[in-house]
Amino acid sequence: MPAGESIMSQSLFEARVPIHPRSVSGRFRNLKTGILLLAYAVFFLLPWLRWEREMGPSQAVLFDIPNRRFYLFDLIVYPQDIFWLAGLLMIAALLLFFVTGIAGRVFCGYFCFQTLWTDVYMFIERRIQGERPARLRLLKQPWNAEKILKLGATHASWLLVAFATGLGFVLYWADAPTMVRDFFAGQAANAAYITAGLLTVTTYTFAGLAREQVCTYMCPYARFQSVMFDRDTLIVSYDQARGEGTAGRAKPVRELKTREERQQAGVGDCIDCGYCVQVCPTGIDIRNGLQIECIHCALCVDACDAIMDKQGWPRGLIRYTSETALEGRPTRFFKLKTVGYGSAIVVVTGLLVLSILGRAELDASVSQVRQPLFVQMSDGSTQNSYEIALNNKTQRSLDLEIRVVGLEGAVLDLGRVEEIVLEPSQRTTVLARVRYHPDEDHPTRLPLEFEIADRDGTMEPVRVSSQMSLRP
Amino acid sequence: MSTNENPSKKPGEVETTGHVWDSNLQEYNNPLPRWWLWGFYATVVFAVVYWILFPAWPIGGTFTKGLNTITFMDDGEEVTTHWNTRSLLARDMQTGKHAVRQREMLERVGAMEYDEILADVDAMSFVNAYAKGSFGTWCAACHQVGGAGVIGLYPNLRNDQWKWGGTVAQIEETLTIGRLGYMPGYAETLNAEQLEQVSSYVLSLNGFDMAEDAVAAGSEIFHGHLGGCFQCHGSDAQGLASQGAPNLTNNLWALVDVPGAESDAERLARVSRFVHDGAQRVMPGFADRLSPTEIKVLTAYVHSLGGGQ
Repeated sequence: MPAGESIMSQSLFEARVPIHPRSVSGRFRNLKTGILLLAYAVFFLLPWLRWEREMGPSQAVLFDIPNRRFYLFDLIVYPQDIFWLAGLLMIAALLLFFVTGIAGRVFCGYFCFQTLWTDVYMFIERRIQGERPARLRLLKQPWNAEKILKLGATHASWLLVAFATGLGFVLYWADAPTMVRDFFAGQAANAAYITAGLLTVTTYTFAGLAREQVCTYMCPYARFQSVMFDRDTLIVSYDQARGEGTAGRAKPVRELKTREERQQAGVGDCIDCGYCVQVCPTGIDIRNGLQIECIHCALCVDACDAIMDKQGWPRGLIRYTSETALEGRPTRFFKLKTVGYGSAIVVVTGLLVLSILGRAELDASVSQVRQPLFVQMSDGSTQNSYEIALNNKTQRSLDLEIRVVGLEGAVLDLGRVEEIVLEPSQRTTVLARVRYHPDEDHPTRLPLEFEIADRDGTMEPVRVSSQMSLRP
Repeated sequence: MSTNENPSKKPGEVETTGHVWDSNLQEYNNPLPRWWLWGFYATVVFAVVYWILFPAWPIGGTFTKGLNTITFMDDGEEVTTHWNTRSLLARDMQTGKHAVRQREMLERVGAMEYDEILADVDAMSFVNAYAKGSFGTWCAACHQVGGAGVIGLYPNLRNDQWKWGGTVAQIEETLTIGRLGYMPGYAETLNAEQLEQVSSYVLSLNGFDMAEDAVAAGSEIFHGHLGGCFQCHGSDAQGLASQGAPNLTNNLWALVDVPGAESDAERLARVSRFVHDGAQRVMPGFADRLSPTEIKVLTAYVHSLGGGQ
């Protein structure tokens, strides 16, 4: 049965081959470490930053879900401002496309939290279990006290980092010092425990166990990067021509020690030491060209540069370059794609900043009572009723007055309410009635506006349009 | 025929069920993915734990109650029963965050004087939100959801026509003890011509052009002993709140559908018919159904609808 055999010999499942990257030092490693430290400092310390406000919490960044407002330093975001989030996400997406078009997957290699946390987990692993050969040896050796201790300590430390991550995230959603106290006293909200628990589990799983599989199989970015790349995009690439020569790569055996000897033999500069493969966190061989797994972290660049330095040969056998540059032509950075994304970023950012700077200090909305739309009054006028919802978004008390504008002869009646004072962040609903004597030939509705002004004149008056409904 | 011989499985090969038909026809054995299977087992465990804790299995006319309990107040007594959603709702209405806040606000407004409530924008905002519900429960069946009433049956609470008076004290009294409105029929007192005359007079008071001699004769009947209308509606026809007699001069019609009439003749016929028949309307009192606080909130709400006095 020859046909059946060929299908049957294919396995549908391929078990993961564990990757044990060797550590490396160099300029890209230093850059990565710097970004990592900065990101961790921001993530873990930001909730502890205090901020002075006239009203509200003293935390600089606080996402207050129960009270429906987000505090970002001096900016307070209310639910109706949620479209700013759309703007922010748009900027993030455009920025990603822009950067990818120019410099490839630098986001993956340097900024993505999957990379950052995996980096920290690998650091812990190395500190406890040792360098790559020691880890491989440990993995092979039978279970004994040393193996149990080292693996146990690694996983315990990972869990600790995962828990710190979960707790750190939770601190953004409540007053940080109170939350920490309540959390360990068992008095925090259920949501806090669930969130912290969930993030602990996912952090441990993704950064400790799944690692590069998240980038390769789970993250959609790896899959659609190919449409954002072009021949001018910077990629981490092996210089095939230089590394392989005409006779391929070769180890620096006795007669192939110097560069001159190698060039005479047609052998390239790659000494096939395998260092670039050992340091790769996704376990690929960059010499096979651009691959879907590559996150452009450039650790192989550092590794190869170290070897080239040792050999006394010029650096850059593996380097950031583009396909155009590899073919010997200059890389073009000004292309339709980058200019387009760049200007889109500028436009969206400008609109977002304008929207935030020009936000209204008072949120007002008017809804006309529709049951009934109008009633006739004893003096022959027609009356409409309105509910005017007001929300003071400033940090000061507002003494408001309401006027009707845009309809000659309309009379506003607020009943006996004479004073509308709103404390900071306070909201209320004002019941208003408008009376109007329609002409003989009137339409069934007339436009009018409510103008809400601050008696002290500290606020730009807010106008809300509505209508006056009349008997047909 | 199938034979049951399990071909030796080399590493990397897909397992088969071991059945072979027609000498080479085999079937792959594709077991459920392990994560799926364990997820399924977890739901089974969850279900068993659920049965133990919550009401689950029907047994004849009863059911398993579960170990979980819930405690709530029932008529001032603390009741602990097996967990159920009805008790959960009861407890939520007693101790839930929003129920407690609403009760606090209700007590605050209940302790305020009407003058304070009507002048306080936040109190009125609460009155509007809270009383909409009470109004829907107790009043809307007659006065309609928005309070606009039905011409001929139930008065409009949104205009400034107040039969029994539009001050908060009068509205509160109306709500508390109810009202009995009575307009006698004139079927035996006035003949058809006289009915038309008095109706012409009333329509003329509201700005309609009626025959002058009929208006003059109607005025005689209205202000004289024959009709005696002035006794309740007043000699200026402005109405009398103590009698529930409406103002007849403001062109607001609660019981006779004058605005819906197409012609003068039809208007006249409708008013005449009404004077001929008379009317009796009842507004029930709510003292035995609503607490003083709820009546207070409803009073303030009704006062705010059209503009109370």
